[in-house]
Amino acid sequence: MSDVLTSPVETVARSDERAGERPLISISHIERDFVTDNGDVVQVLSDVNLDIARGELISIIGPSGCGKTTLLRLVSGLDQPQRGTVTFKGRPVDGPNPERGYVFQQGSLFPWLTVRENVAFGLKAQGVYRQRKDEVDEYLAKVGLTGFENAYPHQISGGMAQRVAIARALIDHPEVLLLDEPMGALDSFTRADLQDRLLDLWEQYHMTMILVTHDVDEAIYLGNRVVIMSPRPGRIKKIVPIDLAHRDRVSDDFTAYRKALLTDLHFTVHGGE
Amino acid sequence: MSSVTVDLAESAAPQARRSGRDQSAVKPTPLFTRRRNTAANTVASASDAHSPARSTVALRFLPYPLVVAFTAAGFVIALLANILVPQIAPVEFKQGQLWILALNGQEAYQGLLVILALVYIAIGLADARKPAAAARFRYRAQFRFAAGLALAAWDIAGTKIQSLPQPFFPGPAQVLEPFLTSGDYIALNTFYSLRLFAAGFIVGVILGVVTGVLIGWFSRAYYWVFPVLKITGVIPAVAWMPFALTLMPTPFIAAVFLLVICSWFPVAFLTAQGIQSTPKMLVEASRTLGASTPYILFHVAIPHAMPSIFTGIGMANSLSFLTLIISEMMGQPGGLGYYIDQAKVWSAYNEILAAIVVMAVLFSLIMKLIELVRGRVLRWQKGLVK
Repeated sequence: MSDVLTSPVETVARSDERAGERPLISISHIERDFVTDNGDVVQVLSDVNLDIARGELISIIGPSGCGKTTLLRLVSGLDQPQRGTVTFKGRPVDGPNPERGYVFQQGSLFPWLTVRENVAFGLKAQGVYRQRKDEVDEYLAKVGLTGFENAYPHQISGGMAQRVAIARALIDHPEVLLLDEPMGALDSFTRADLQDRLLDLWEQYHMTMILVTHDVDEAIYLGNRVVIMSPRPGRIKKIVPIDLAHRDRVSDDFTAYRKALLTDLHFTVHGGE
Repeated sequence: MSSVTVDLAESAAPQARRSGRDQSAVKPTPLFTRRRNTAANTVASASDAHSPARSTVALRFLPYPLVVAFTAAGFVIALLANILVPQIAPVEFKQGQLWILALNGQEAYQGLLVILALVYIAIGLADARKPAAAARFRYRAQFRFAAGLALAAWDIAGTKIQSLPQPFFPGPAQVLEPFLTSGDYIALNTFYSLRLFAAGFIVGVILGVVTGVLIGWFSRAYYWVFPVLKITGVIPAVAWMPFALTLMPTPFIAAVFLLVICSWFPVAFLTAQGIQSTPKMLVEASRTLGASTPYILFHVAIPHAMPSIFTGIGMANSLSFLTLIISEMMGQPGGLGYYIDQAKVWSAYNEILAAIVVMAVLFSLIMKLIELVRGRVLRWQKGLVK
């Protein structure tokens, strides 16, 4: 896998250059409660603060129930916080927008549309399909799905379906891609392939990505920074900058990061109570 | 936006790098062909659940030409039975007119058997070159042969010796007789039924889809209309007939009204259910892709509800046949139900059976038509096991 050179050193340098710049996404003092069916109030996120610079690839990791998906939904605008603000390019997020692409865990393709029609959905919904028709095939090629245009979602594998979902989000030219455990339901080979594809796309488009995952290796492999969250109420436990010379899953650096993260997560799960 | 400009030239490099690991990226087409074939096979074996190969044990080793001959043989036997068995019971065969042919029931029956035998021979020969069709033809041969024997038995018991109680069980020749003696009248009544059915069913389905979408999508419509739908929907439409006949300007409109309400309920109910069961994730995905609420309704919720809508249409269809015939029997100046009602007065059970034959054919064709539309609209479900 070391053939994918994403030169994280350069990336770090890039974000240093932009240190003075306003963050692309700014999450400040977020509180989010949910009321359960029995009327209990569950605090899902408590005082979450996070700034994300343009071009960063942030991994958010934590045990289930720590509110990482909720945090991602707040950034996309699919959900609203009770207190605190999420700003995108300096403006508060008040609803979903194609400039913040979202990739769901699985099963988000429209089963009655072909692969091609799924990718074209955003263009059609925004009424720009006629002008930008050709991009559909470009993006399908980009995620390696040329030849599958006319298949329906139930005819393709889970990994391919996620690639369709990614192409569908990318065609809207998002400035940030929000990934909600997009590889959670895939086998490890497909997962490794998709991770590299994501890195390629990230490099190619100099895109900002926020990835929610429960896989420590994935978080380290992809992220420039790993945000560790603790549950009940969900808050940010720690932010670990990742500085790997190569993205090599068996290198000493990688193993060291893994050990450190696992220690933190272990503490998060058991020591937090 | 400049940071995400599409650069195709750049994409070539990662593609090439990936090619070592991901074969599907390099050669997707053959893989897809295989997959699609698999899907097609699944469809074929699913639709022919009683698959030819498995079930035709008796005829598996018969050469195909003999299978064709065997299929036709049943009808030939029926024909021979009709010609050779002496007429014992005193039956009078009335002469009638079929287009330019002056025939009686007996001759028409013989003609029908000849036609059936010839048609099956023609189909058998046409299917000979297509393995799947030939297998299907082979599979059905036994049943068709048996159908011929059944006709022969019916002919002997119903016409030749009349061992069945009369006039309730006329033979095939007598059932064909009304088509010869009063073919125009049957056609007129069939047309009346068809017109009534089309008007009521189509309006009912359209109204049903519209109300279903409103109920399923708008919580206010759900609050006010759904309880009404739930209560009035369970009442058989024909119960309203006295009101309909009194309040509507013509009996035809009254029957249309009954057909509308009987098809409206199941369609509205199932459309609403389909709309409401739209997965939240699909709606959210559409919103992140920039779809407006009306766009989501028409391009996500309604397509998602389509399978459910067609289930409702299927139910409405069966209910409409029922409502159609009952309302025609109880107060229409025409139609197949009216025809049966009139025949009943004269104890002309052969005419009743003739009308029943017309219904069997007509309603099967209508159901087939709906099935075709359904298959076309829901083609994405092909091969999807639910």
